[in-house]
Amino acid sequence: MFKTLDVKKYPGFGWITGFFFLFMYLPIIVVIAYSFNENKIVSIWSGFSFKWYESAIHNQGLIQATKVSISVALIAMTLSTLIALAAAMVLVRGKGVKYRELSETFINLPLMLPEIVFSVAILILFSQMGLQHGMTKLVLAHTAFCIPFAFLPIRARLQGMDSNIEAAASDLYAGPWTTFRLITLPMILPGVFAGAVLAFIISMDDFITSNMLGGGGATTLPVYIFSLVRQGVSPEINAISTLIIGISLLIGVPYWIVSNRKKEAN
Amino acid sequence: MKRPLANFLGLAPAYVIMLFLMIIPLFIVFYVSLMSSDPYGGFKPIFSLDSYIQIFFAEDWDGVMQLDLQYLWIIVRTLTLSTIAVVLCLLLSFPVAYYISRQPNNRKALWLFFVTLPFWVSMVVRVYAWIIILADDGVLESGLRMTGLVGDIDSMLYTNGAMLVGMIYSYIPLMILPIYASIEKLDGNLIEAANDLYASRIKTLFTVIVPLCKPGMVAGAILVFVPCLGTILEPVLLGGGKKLMLGNLIYTQFTTARNWSFGSSLAIVLLCLVVLILLVNARRASQTQMGGA
Repeated sequence: MFKTLDVKKYPGFGWITGFFFLFMYLPIIVVIAYSFNENKIVSIWSGFSFKWYESAIHNQGLIQATKVSISVALIAMTLSTLIALAAAMVLVRGKGVKYRELSETFINLPLMLPEIVFSVAILILFSQMGLQHGMTKLVLAHTAFCIPFAFLPIRARLQGMDSNIEAAASDLYAGPWTTFRLITLPMILPGVFAGAVLAFIISMDDFITSNMLGGGGATTLPVYIFSLVRQGVSPEINAISTLIIGISLLIGVPYWIVSNRKKEAN
Repeated sequence: MKRPLANFLGLAPAYVIMLFLMIIPLFIVFYVSLMSSDPYGGFKPIFSLDSYIQIFFAEDWDGVMQLDLQYLWIIVRTLTLSTIAVVLCLLLSFPVAYYISRQPNNRKALWLFFVTLPFWVSMVVRVYAWIIILADDGVLESGLRMTGLVGDIDSMLYTNGAMLVGMIYSYIPLMILPIYASIEKLDGNLIEAANDLYASRIKTLFTVIVPLCKPGMVAGAILVFVPCLGTILEPVLLGGGKKLMLGNLIYTQFTTARNWSFGSSLAIVLLCLVVLILLVNARRASQTQMGGA
């Protein structure tokens, strides 16, 4: 009885939340369900089958695009995480740094810029430079817009860490590099990990810039799927999409567990 | 101990990347937008405002400039659809964020995780999924027909509504998270106080809770509005490629139309819209800060 007297409770909000989660998960469930549909016409169910998965994993275009995407994402992730880590160390721990706030705004610039504007800008730049190599173009562009995604979790972790521990290390005659290697880095590792995973995902998921710069043998996975979808809906796309959903969840769930454990530890 | 060299070396790579891959390219876009277009693609280094004039006017067959609303109409459509998407996101996000904030503490993180989980799935895949749902004889239509409540319905795919659904679906977690953060900061005693003073639930909601959550709602609105303005996938896949938005128009200028100057001027227009929104927000934020102090 007391529950109905709770003044902070709004009846109906539960229903809206239910509708919201249906809205969020229905598309994903539909794609997964229809990927097992034996029929060539997506909307007609005629039996359970794995055959679209078989044709998906033998699809050369798909394999090639996956290779491109993973290579670009791994390189962009490594570069952007290293650059973001160095910048975060200076901006959070450095002494006598001028224009701290301006520098952070500068580093977070890609978050504020609409991606289509960035992609157009970088397309003109590369074409004026005469840069032809597709992979190089993708790596450079992805590194640029991944930096803030790597930077923000690292910065948050550094800000949450007690700087007295580093002071203690240097009192014990550890040099700056030793302090960083033995004290700071192990302590902020969850933040670095979170930043790297975000950078990887952002790079893997990017469509607009990759599509604009693509060509020259550098078709990424989202661009490839987009080209398939434009040719028409097919059960094979459902199978490919389900594989991608599965892999995204394989990355997303551990990411959540790690970052959540970090919060509880604090 | 100051270490200017170490500070410099730490920041230098980030600065170099942002300068050469963000700032300088933006200036190049501005430069190209002021050049005349080259019929063979690219641009010619001759100063001309044609690409800005082209947004409003078109040349007749006999060379007279006529007011041409087709591009303006695309800009208006972009602004309208993005605004509607923001409003619908707000209406849906607030109850969800509030409901999650009322859950037991040890469960909240899990709820938020389920809000963000679809975000991990590739954007192209998420938009594609709506094609299957909204298509003729798609999941939604057959589902509705099975209930027997509706007979024949018009195609839902390739409409403004389909584009809106796609935009909301793509960006709504960006709205829920900041609203949730501001509800969490809300002092629950205020709600009880309002109730003690005989305010109805609805009145408490609109005079106490919503005003106090405004910062979160504004932050969410910006986070949804900005990517909506530049969106490309939803109009192509769910709008059927006929109802273009600003992002598509820019994209086309650099691919099939090969009119870089015009595309650049449109990109500058989009950039100005975004900067305007950020400036208005910064001004509003500083005003409320001063008013609150």
